[in-house]
Amino acid sequence: MSNKDKKLEHTSALQQNNVDPDMRAKPGLLIHKIVCYVVLIFFSILCLFFFYILVVNASRSHYDIMTGFSILPGGSFLTNLQNAVSNPTIPVLRGVLNSLIIAALTAILSIYFSAMTAYAIHVYDFKGKKFMFNFILLIMTIPTQISALGFFSMCTDWGLRDSYVPLIVPAIAAPSVFFFMIQYMKSSLPLDIVEAARIDGSGEFRTFNTIVLPMLKPALAVQAIFSFVTSWNNYFIPSLIIDTSTKKTMPIMIAQLRSADFLKFDMGQVYMFIFIAIIPVVIVYFCLSKFIIAGVSLGGVKE
Amino acid sequence: MAQAANVSTAPPVATKKKARIGKYKKWGYIFMIPFTVVFLVFQAWPLIQTFYYSVFKYFWSAGKGAWVGPEFVGFDNFAALFDLNNVNILGLTWNTIIMWVLGFVPQIIISLIFAYWFTNVRLRLKCLGFFKTVMYMPNLIMASAFAMLIFAIFSDIGPVNSILKSITGGEAFRFLSYTGSTMALVAFMNFIMWFGNTTILLMAAMMGINESVIEAAEIDGANSGQIFWKITLPLIRPILVYVMITSLIGGLQMFDVPQILTDGQGGPNNTTKTLIMYLNQHIAAKNYGMAGALSVLIFIVCAALSLVVYYFFASDRSDKKSKKRG
Repeated sequence: MSNKDKKLEHTSALQQNNVDPDMRAKPGLLIHKIVCYVVLIFFSILCLFFFYILVVNASRSHYDIMTGFSILPGGSFLTNLQNAVSNPTIPVLRGVLNSLIIAALTAILSIYFSAMTAYAIHVYDFKGKKFMFNFILLIMTIPTQISALGFFSMCTDWGLRDSYVPLIVPAIAAPSVFFFMIQYMKSSLPLDIVEAARIDGSGEFRTFNTIVLPMLKPALAVQAIFSFVTSWNNYFIPSLIIDTSTKKTMPIMIAQLRSADFLKFDMGQVYMFIFIAIIPVVIVYFCLSKFIIAGVSLGGVKE
Repeated sequence: MAQAANVSTAPPVATKKKARIGKYKKWGYIFMIPFTVVFLVFQAWPLIQTFYYSVFKYFWSAGKGAWVGPEFVGFDNFAALFDLNNVNILGLTWNTIIMWVLGFVPQIIISLIFAYWFTNVRLRLKCLGFFKTVMYMPNLIMASAFAMLIFAIFSDIGPVNSILKSITGGEAFRFLSYTGSTMALVAFMNFIMWFGNTTILLMAAMMGINESVIEAAEIDGANSGQIFWKITLPLIRPILVYVMITSLIGGLQMFDVPQILTDGQGGPNNTTKTLIMYLNQHIAAKNYGMAGALSVLIFIVCAALSLVVYYFFASDRSDKKSKKRG
């Protein structure tokens, strides 16, 4: 991640040194630049526009929303929030809590065990290591939906329906997280350190937990964010596994909202539900965006 | 043991290394256990079961309140999927691919242009961090909630229709009653959610291009169009292939957006129903035989595409090695 950043800085430094005075004077370049900015700003607005409408409408009452479109927020944000939170058919706070628990546990299991798997392949020489690496690479892009039927029937047979186990435990085998980790280890985990720890008498398991894991912090953080968000947004598998309304996660509740007779609803509340599902992630994203963007360009693989 | 080896007169390096490997290799196996066990239980075994069900007549009959089957029927389930008188796999694949293409074509064009601008030495655009951040943002949004938001905004009583009505003075335009407009909405959402991601990937690829190649072309009098088409594009072709294949695999999995937007109906008249929506319908109805057959077909296509991605990575790794050597 830091490599890419450095590269970027490097190129921009190069750019500054190489500025050709003739180039600057060219009016064509200026027009080109203006076109670029206009297009970029247009697409940025396009990306933000719907979320802006979401924020605006979440703060307007049902009556206001029905009277027409407004570009400015209204004053009913707290009323809508209160109505949404106390709505008995869709226990939204429960949904947020359920999603939080599942996503947090998924993220922790996923990064810890993916780092462990990557460590096994990166550090040790054992029979079948090459095969395992290639195998994980091969299954990385195969979607989970295709085994959903077997997954569903297995959970039914084992009494795991309506439980969080099938939503959390499979995160231990996450090929794309593994791939990111092993790439990171190749660039920044020298084997000498493992060797040195051995000479100092550290056991293998302890070396991994107390010396290697702290060195992987940047990679762990990026992948924790991605795993968390992927789990938070996951709809397909949870919708098949979870039945009880108090155990439902946010995406299932959103689907419920869609299936309910739309026009009978208080629209302010509908927007508030969507707001609760989307905006926390947006806020966290803008706080950590530097990390995340760097992670995307380094990993190359997400989902 | 390592200390002992140090004290004694230096043993031949090969045996020392072998001894080391022998001592520690069991830890390699131990650290592989969690992944392997979870993979076998939660991915491999369900996949085997899915294949198994695909050749059986096996479903829950709500009318009888009992399971029908399992009874071995060979490829009957597959034949039923290709039955043209019903909702069939060809139509579903067509819907899925069309919606993917409608989203992907503008996505790859815009991403290529943006990545080119962002990495262009002459343009030196400012606020790149801001643009990248904003454009990547929709990728992390809950797809189902985003679809619900678009549904609310484009519904008969939503803001888009209230603006349309005030302009035309006529009736509301029912976006979800027409195949074209429903597909356009799905494609538009896919575009918005993925073009930022693709831009960043292509940018990383373009930054990997050696500056001197482009400078040489400039000295030879190539204009920026020629540089883009004749140098940049061919040099990032591997990444383009990778982006396209992974996007296609993602497209085949299209579910959340059309499911929520059309309330699982794939309306109007199943014309926006995707493969995975149909699969979801069969699993939820406990129609195991048909769901199995459908899964197997999707698996075959995805596995073939994954092989392409795999070879991309395999060649990518050898590229990196040769770069290091050179």
